[in-house]
Amino acid sequence: MAVVKEVALPGIGVRYEFVTQEGNRVGVVHHRSGVRELVLFEREDPDTSHDLLRLGPEDGRTLAELLGVSQVAKELAELEQDVEGLAVDRLPLAGGSPFAARTIGDTGARTRTGVSIVAVLRDGSALPAPARRLSSGQGTSSSSSGRRGGSRSSRSCSARAERCTTRCS
Amino acid sequence: MHDSLFLIELGGVVLLLAVLSRIAVRFGFSPIPLYLLAGLAFGQGGVVPLVTADEFIAAGAEIGLILLLFTLGLEYSARELVDALRSNRFMGGIDLLANVAPGFAAGVLLGWAILPAVFLGGITYISSSGVIARTLDDLGWMGNRETPIVLAILVLEDLVMAGFLPLVTLLQVGGGTAKVVFSVGVAALLVVVVLAVAARYGPAISRAVFSHSDEALLFGILAVLLLTAGATQALNVSAAVGAFLAGIAFSGPAADRARSLLVPLRSVFAGTFFLFFGFQVDPGTIPQALPAAAALAVVGGVTKAFTGWLAGRRAGIGPRGRTRAAVGLIARGEFSIVIAGIAVASGAEPDLGPLAAVYVLLLAIAGPVLARVVDRRIATARARAAEDR
Repeated sequence: MAVVKEVALPGIGVRYEFVTQEGNRVGVVHHRSGVRELVLFEREDPDTSHDLLRLGPEDGRTLAELLGVSQVAKELAELEQDVEGLAVDRLPLAGGSPFAARTIGDTGARTRTGVSIVAVLRDGSALPAPARRLSSGQGTSSSSSGRRGGSRSSRSCSARAERCTTRCS
Repeated sequence: MHDSLFLIELGGVVLLLAVLSRIAVRFGFSPIPLYLLAGLAFGQGGVVPLVTADEFIAAGAEIGLILLLFTLGLEYSARELVDALRSNRFMGGIDLLANVAPGFAAGVLLGWAILPAVFLGGITYISSSGVIARTLDDLGWMGNRETPIVLAILVLEDLVMAGFLPLVTLLQVGGGTAKVVFSVGVAALLVVVVLAVAARYGPAISRAVFSHSDEALLFGILAVLLLTAGATQALNVSAAVGAFLAGIAFSGPAADRARSLLVPLRSVFAGTFFLFFGFQVDPGTIPQALPAAAALAVVGGVTKAFTGWLAGRRAGIGPRGRTRAAVGLIARGEFSIVIAGIAVASGAEPDLGPLAAVYVLLLAIAGPVLARVVDRRIATARARAAEDR
């Protein structure tokens, strides 16, 4: 990451600036009121800046989210979100798994690990809130949610299904 | 109880303020000069002198003064003040010398006593943080490299004012040399103690006053503000300074909320304050004050521009940025009127009021206009350079 310089603007707020990879000097003025200004400095005259955008408090947050979109997508792909002690994880079901071609009820996932299966992802589409009787076919992954530890043990179950079934049952 | 005339007069005054601030917003200028003009028109010897509402407006003006200084203090944290003082002492000193001198010299040349001359020095010295911050924002100069220096100079000026006001308040009380020295000592000690308390216990005070209810918070803040202002005035240190120091003491969420709650209130009462200052000046004395005020405005504009230019140069800013810093600092406004208001209230020099009014009127308009001219010229110069390439 580029070096970010911080300049105090007494009575107004703070200005942050850095030089982009292309050599443009870009600044963000943080007003105390929550307004953010995006400015670009002239190459010929580094003292002069031009207002590119003036953003309200909400706008600034939205733009920041959009600029960081790849990171957000990555986090979604991993699908592990902690919502106050709740973990969501994705468990792939390989062909050789003892749970393949059996119903969700048969796995006994909730009884054994405390994890609920909240959705089944199959052929690129999602079946939310699957019924107990639903059969999980090959190439399926299930989204399960539960306490962090529970999800981990259920993941290890599906990873080492053979041993796990014997151990768990 | 008041009769209907009171409400009608007050309503008329408020209507006038409404129309004037609308005009100011429409043209993107500070409404302060307009308020002053309105005050001249409605005060003693004006077009339509008020009969019943002036007492109320006088009280409103006093609250306006306190709120003006309090919201100024809210803008700064003790930390920022200390930092500005540390890194920009030299430029602050130059600014003080170069811009107090014209006013003080003019006072002496006009044959005034020392105290009114000192007041006039303060009036010519202090730039308008409000007008300047607004101009910087309007012209998109906030990101520029010279802007932090301009703002730092403004901070120092505000700090100097916090020392200047108690000083002149005490000088005005008078008495023997020993008494004045003693009083100055008390004032200086008080300012230092309040600043130290603000730096140390500011967050605790802010937490104590903070409430999620706007009503409770507003009353809490106003209570602290009015009591501090009253206490400092009782000690002859000037209520305005107490208000400024109280503003500095607030920080964090309490200060953020206070800003948004108090700024509308400040605008109303500060408008009243400028109007009231205009009231006290007899419009008949204006033509007489005009030549001296115009000359002083030219000199004050030049010395201030020199200050900004030099500050830019010292910070290694290029010619364009230096020019912007120079014109950026010229505007005088609310704080010159604050000092003039105290001077007029002391009754030390009858010519001071009209002179200060015209001086501020000229520079509050000239500052932003010159800044816009410079901005346009820089833009056209850049366009021409781009064409040539």
